[in-house]
Amino acid sequence: MSAPDVVPTLATGRAFRALLARDLTLAFRHRGEMANPLIFFVMVATLIPLGVTPESRQLAVLAPGVIWVMALLASLLSAESLFLADYRDGTLEQLVLSPQPLWLMVLAKITVHWLVTGLPLTLLSPLLGIMLSLPAAGFGPLMVSLALGTAALSMIGAIGAALTVAISRGGLLLSLIVMPLYMPVLIFGASAVQLAVDGMSPAGNLAVLGALLAFSCLLSPFATAGALRVSLHG
Amino acid sequence: MAPTAMPEPLLRASPILECCDIAFERDFVPIFSGLSFALRRGEMLQVSGANGAGKTTLLRMLATSLTPSTGQILWRGECLERCRAAYRSDLIYLGHQAGIKAELTPRENLHWLLPFHPNASGSAEEALSAVGLSGLEDSPCVTLSAGQQRRVALARLHLSTATLWILDEPFTAIDRDGVSRLEQLMRAHTSRGGVVILTTHQPLGLDGVRLLEMEPYVCA
Repeated sequence: MSAPDVVPTLATGRAFRALLARDLTLAFRHRGEMANPLIFFVMVATLIPLGVTPESRQLAVLAPGVIWVMALLASLLSAESLFLADYRDGTLEQLVLSPQPLWLMVLAKITVHWLVTGLPLTLLSPLLGIMLSLPAAGFGPLMVSLALGTAALSMIGAIGAALTVAISRGGLLLSLIVMPLYMPVLIFGASAVQLAVDGMSPAGNLAVLGALLAFSCLLSPFATAGALRVSLHG
Repeated sequence: MAPTAMPEPLLRASPILECCDIAFERDFVPIFSGLSFALRRGEMLQVSGANGAGKTTLLRMLATSLTPSTGQILWRGECLERCRAAYRSDLIYLGHQAGIKAELTPRENLHWLLPFHPNASGSAEEALSAVGLSGLEDSPCVTLSAGQQRRVALARLHLSTATLWILDEPFTAIDRDGVSRLEQLMRAHTSRGGVVILTTHQPLGLDGVRLLEMEPYVCA
């Protein structure tokens, strides 16, 4: 008798695609803002040889860690704005109140976040590898580990961003919340590259990164959706 | 959907939305309490009260954004907790923030929202011309005036087939012609058996609007 409680999946798929397309369009219209974390990423890597040492043997030792730390900070920088604009203009409330499942809509937003930060970071990383004289053996693992790792970082960052969206100046709190969760990703990511540079197989570490990504994919959309509901209850 | 077994006159007579003795407190500070009302199909309710009386809180509660601290809300005789998804797909809520992306054009704004209205009918273009925005479909919303941006949000009402409209200050920044258009639209909606709940400080040019004064329920 009553209206069906489950919304047709066709409409849900359309809503997912519509939100994905909307966020990509928005990111494209804010190209400058989108480029910000990338510029930060490249600039720091340029400054390291100037500030520390231009000597390639020493740089090669630093390279895996430095590139990974920069990628992590760039991802953290951009995580804060993940839900902020939507919160301010009221579209977040429309999403929360829509009959479509919120976790799926959150997944669409996280996917776009990765597409506009994690993916470009991954694609730029060989350039940074050259600048920091990363040995040739490290390039492949660097890209693979960054591709997997930044996706996990986007997933984790979304939880923090959702928790702090209603707080003015929530940036510091966001860092405190997500930093401990970022650590395993950083450790396994950087050491995968280091292992490859040292002539060992990075496969184990990359597998752990993949597992971290799978785990965060499973948990983060639901945690983020829950956190958004809590934030909007204020 | 309405139960088919019940004859139409009886259906109209039984309330579609009921608030039974609801109260709300924020951070342990009571905002209002003891609020009850019932709405039938075809009724329009204007919530009024001074600034800070809890009008928006009540509307957000009816939109399921907030949960009442005590009491319950019934939709078609069923507790909201149990029919949330069905209720949400039969509801349209326009809050203080219009829910419009300034960087997108009016057409894009409606297009991304369309799949979120499961039973939407009509096209975005028709809806935009119905709110007097034809010719501006493809200019970014940043370049539009506050009133025109509000009209983009109101265009959603033309697309939706939802029964319940919850409108928080829908007339903000709207010119006189727009106000009368919106009033006609609300009148047409209630005559089709829809329900409208709104807040406004403007006198409404419509008759048969029920008034809910927040004053008696506000906790000092």
